[in-house]
Amino acid sequence: MGSSVATPPAPTPASSPPPRKGKDAVEGSATWRPADRIGLAICWALGLLFCAIAVAIVAYLFVQGIKFLKPEMLVTPASAGFSQGESGGFSDALFGTLIVATMGIALALPTGVGIAVWLVEYGRPTALARVTESTIESIAGIPSIVLALFGTVIFSSTALGFLSRSSEGVVFGRSFFAASAMLSLVALPLIVASTREGLSSIPRHVREASYAVGKTKAATTRRILLPASRPQVATGAMLGLGRIIGDTAIIIVLLGATQNFAPVEGASFPLNYLRGAGTTLTNFVYEASPTGNLNQPEKAYAAAFVLLLMVLALNGAVDVVHRRARKVGTWSS
Amino acid sequence: MNEEHPPEYGPKWSDRRVERMLGALVCAVVGLLLAMIVTVLVRAWPSFSHNGLAWFGPGGSVDDQLNAIFLSGQAGAEYIYTFHAWPLIWSTILITGGSILIALFSALFVAVFIVEFAPEWMSNILQPVVRFLASVPSVIYGLLGVLVLVPFIGNHLVTEEQKASVAGVISLSGYSLLAAITVLTVMIAPLMVSIFSDGLRSVKPGWLEGSLALGVNRWRTMWKIGVRTARPAIVAGTVLATARAIGEAVMLAMISGSVGFAPNPADGLIFIFEPSRPLAPTIVKNIDQLSSPPANATLFAIASVLLFSATLFSLTGWLARRSMRKYGSA
Repeated sequence: MGSSVATPPAPTPASSPPPRKGKDAVEGSATWRPADRIGLAICWALGLLFCAIAVAIVAYLFVQGIKFLKPEMLVTPASAGFSQGESGGFSDALFGTLIVATMGIALALPTGVGIAVWLVEYGRPTALARVTESTIESIAGIPSIVLALFGTVIFSSTALGFLSRSSEGVVFGRSFFAASAMLSLVALPLIVASTREGLSSIPRHVREASYAVGKTKAATTRRILLPASRPQVATGAMLGLGRIIGDTAIIIVLLGATQNFAPVEGASFPLNYLRGAGTTLTNFVYEASPTGNLNQPEKAYAAAFVLLLMVLALNGAVDVVHRRARKVGTWSS
Repeated sequence: MNEEHPPEYGPKWSDRRVERMLGALVCAVVGLLLAMIVTVLVRAWPSFSHNGLAWFGPGGSVDDQLNAIFLSGQAGAEYIYTFHAWPLIWSTILITGGSILIALFSALFVAVFIVEFAPEWMSNILQPVVRFLASVPSVIYGLLGVLVLVPFIGNHLVTEEQKASVAGVISLSGYSLLAAITVLTVMIAPLMVSIFSDGLRSVKPGWLEGSLALGVNRWRTMWKIGVRTARPAIVAGTVLATARAIGEAVMLAMISGSVGFAPNPADGLIFIFEPSRPLAPTIVKNIDQLSSPPANATLFAIASVLLFSATLFSLTGWLARRSMRKYGSA
């Protein structure tokens, strides 16, 4: 495929340090066999294919989104109706996503930073540190549908019944609390990995300088190390946020079954909503797709467009943080 | 501030106390994982103990079995546990294996391209593109698959003769292995690209320069020295992507076809147009059956298989990446 793009242009890396020049000298000679040239052509074709897929996804969703997204969809909740025009919008889903994102990251961020600090700064006994590392790796690999099933077990237990709707001793087990708690596990490994990277890139002498002026380890961590690794913490948090927003399986199992907020009776304001079932954009897209229960593809496109905008914004924010961190510069050892 | 006077700062945020608090947090997370593994296995036990190894084997229609299991729990009579998951496992193997193979090939080329051969403007475009593709939610991939790719396959790629030839068994409507593998490849390839290119970047420049100095051209140097040195990263990326692919539930629930059918490659090329359903989407599709005790056990049995294989894969990937550090990232 892409034979029109397959011709490798003459490699002319323009502004590079001196060693590159040597490479070009080698390049200029006829050491490239036909097989090598075909390989490079495959590289170009696949690279352009990746770009084409990304552009196609964004462009297609923008076109469909702008066509079908009406501003009132963002402020009207879903309702029963015969046609796609009558059945309201997805404001509940939008707010659900925001609630889940806030609560999930509020749980995951302190936990993740705490674990990373322990791993880098304390890490004793070594056996526990190793177990923790592999635990975090395993959590990163656990499919979210398995996390969701585990969530049904813990949040349906009577001890945690106060977190969701319960009637006559039977705990319903679906609530914003349940979903956010499990979603925070999805974000946790990313935050731990990113924070660890930040902390361990700070050279040893910075810590020693702080100890030398009489600061405790805890104070050093809080006043010096964590502020210094703020870009990495922020990156981890945003990557985690992206995963939370994008997760569907946990929402379907621990929150969904409805397209509206279903507040619990007999609880005060924020709690009645948080203990009740609800929906998020991902769940709405899933249900509104032809395989779901609603089958309203136009609205699915609109909601997917909003979701994509959020993901793009998060990606952009990660880029900005990266660039700013690079401008400030890294530690010189 | 307080920390200039250690004694005052001490009692509340003393080192020992902070260390204990963080240690407790770490232990809690480790404990949570252990609790999860134990819970899932305990819940799954009835299903495994009734079926033994036949659980993994073929036999009968999976969908009928799931239905019978669910209804027996509703009726409250003798619970039925008979379940032979082979079609689901086979579908998982086909879809995961197929997309891993394609993704491995393309991710390797793209990673080499980004690290070494792409002009600067091109790699400046490709890197955000890869990051973006990795961060698109799976439900969006599923939606595009179901509304764009599936109708395309159903209307243009599958011929009427092919549809007629299997009419009595299954319907070829576009929900197919092909759609599932294509979309899954797009989802996991970016993950592989980012791990591969990290690995390729950490190859010591001296090794590459040595090869170049011997007159080997850049292309062969990159493959013979760079890719070989970065082998642990390639293993790690592949294995982590496999873990991700096995656990992918929602996207596959949308486009794999949701029929407990095992496509047979011996039937010829038509098998890539046949629908199936892997393990993870089975849980999503049957999630409202959790209230029936035998169905609950069966779903947890599926989850425990997923948990076991995904954990195995991600730990392997982690070990492979650790061994990479021995080479010392330059």
